[in-house]
Amino acid sequence: MKIAQKSIKFLALALLVLISATSFASSTDKKHDTQNDGGRVNSKEEISDYIKHHLADSHDFTLFSYSNDAGERKHFGFSLPVILWSSKGLVAFMSSEFHHNDDGHVLVDRKGLKFAKIHSKIFELDANASTVSFDETHHATNAHKVLDFSITKSVVGILIAGFLIFFGFTKLAKQYKTRDIPKGFGRVLEPLVLYVRDEIAKPNIGEKKYRKFMPYLLTVFFFIWILNLMGLTPLGFNVTGQIAVTVCLALITLVVYITNGSKDFWAHTLWMPGVPKLLRPILAVLELAGFLLIKPFSLLVRLFANITAGHSVVMGIAALMILLKSQFGTVGATGISFFLTLFLTVIELLVAFLQAFIFTMLSALFIGMAVEEHEHH
Amino acid sequence: MYNLIGAGLIVIGGGIGLGQIGGKAMEGIARQPEAAGKIQTAMIIIGALLEGLAFGALLLGK
Amino acid sequence: MDIFNDFSIGLFALQLVILIVLLILLAKFAWKPILNSLEERESGIESALSEAENARKEMQNLQADNAKLIKEAREERDAMMKEARAIQDKMIADAKEDAKEVTASLIAKAQASIQQEKQAALAEIKKNVAELSIGIAESVIKKELSNKKDQLDLVEGILKDVTLN
Repeated sequence: MKIAQKSIKFLALALLVLISATSFASSTDKKHDTQNDGGRVNSKEEISDYIKHHLADSHDFTLFSYSNDAGERKHFGFSLPVILWSSKGLVAFMSSEFHHNDDGHVLVDRKGLKFAKIHSKIFELDANASTVSFDETHHATNAHKVLDFSITKSVVGILIAGFLIFFGFTKLAKQYKTRDIPKGFGRVLEPLVLYVRDEIAKPNIGEKKYRKFMPYLLTVFFFIWILNLMGLTPLGFNVTGQIAVTVCLALITLVVYITNGSKDFWAHTLWMPGVPKLLRPILAVLELAGFLLIKPFSLLVRLFANITAGHSVVMGIAALMILLKSQFGTVGATGISFFLTLFLTVIELLVAFLQAFIFTMLSALFIGMAVEEHEHH
Repeated sequence: MYNLIGAGLIVIGGGIGLGQIGGKAMEGIARQPEAAGKIQTAMIIIGALLEGLAFGALLLGK
Repeated sequence: MDIFNDFSIGLFALQLVILIVLLILLAKFAWKPILNSLEERESGIESALSEAENARKEMQNLQADNAKLIKEAREERDAMMKEARAIQDKMIADAKEDAKEVTASLIAKAQASIQQEKQAALAEIKKNVAELSIGIAESVIKKELSNKKDQLDLVEGILKDVTLN
């Protein structure tokens, strides 16, 4: 348990440093919030908005929010740096300057430019505009999106997962120098590594070539799994439910299997033997589309959709607590919602593993298809 | 409204597909219990492919 | 197409960079040593198993050898015992034969000497008888000369004896 304790200690330390560095931002919302009751979540629309807000990436790391006696909305958490590539170059400031405003009413001035945050996206106002004006579909008319390289909540999640994986497995690697069989937390990690190797890599890629791809498969497997599990913690990460993250993962898989494609693979893809010559170009287009578009797309959409769906369903079921209050009373509604949420969370635990497994498995399968050398008949 | 009907159709299709996969896999396992591991892995892969398809359709229709 | 509206290039870029750095770091500091030592351990276990198998076979061979040796030794011992017994029997038989011969010769000698003695004794007896008869005859003759009647009595007595014999 030493490793776990140490990494927990490390994590706590890292969090503390982050919190103190970003100056404990327990700030107050301005009155012009969209919800005039201080941001309480009560109606169906508010719940739907809240879930949407959770599913989107966030520029603050809010642990919880509450309203004080004066009706002011208080947010407990810490702000994160915002890094933008605007029309006048790099701009950086802390997200606390938006005061948790998410509808574009708080403007931040930097380098003579005004920035507003609308639905977790940062917009740069046009040169002559002083406030954001919206059309009837709530799209900003006088502002445009900027390239946003902020350390958002998802990036923090990625970094935490990366640190966890790195420290866990380098500790395990160090253990092997002194003993054959790891002890403590390493004993949990070792079978997982063996599982990825023996159940995912070997059967799908083949005994001869699997070694080369093991680092990628292991990294992806643990990365996705840890992030999925972090999504189930009350910290409220939704990293693998960010389309950008899954696109990135699928793209790396695509690059891996395209660059390692064997001669046979390309021959079979582009000029299928044993098929009438007239059909071959059509088949080549289909095969190429399959390998370059459909397969990565199915990879990225599956992970994204599963996690997003899981999060929204769990949050929706949790919101039953509020919606059923009038019918079943506080205790009844809470009980129903508690047991349903518990049940769904257990399923989500399974899904968290299953999605990591499937992503790794399908990556291995596609890599295996690409590196396979056919016996010529 | 229409996209809800579409979503319903996708779910029906996906449900039928998943049912077929699961049922056939069960039959296979019942026939050859020693091949259960392999059948399960193949079942999960095909299920995942189907799920990807269904989710893709749901997202495109959104 | 809401999801592509949500796509954030910045997050994508940061994720790409972090993931690649993580991949490289992990490959170098974690996966390589872990996989290497796992493989080492597996090959170690495999070789240990095959070694144990070999040792077992050797042991079996040794045991078979031992059994064979014991069997041979037992056979040899049996053979030796048999031989010894035969020798012993022969010796006893020989001794018995010798003893018989010796006794036989001794008996023969004894019989011969007995015979001799007997002969000698008979001869002596004959001689004595002869002398006795001569003595008797002498005395008879002497008496006859002195008394006719006595002579007759004597002869009569002698004759009686003779007929009785």
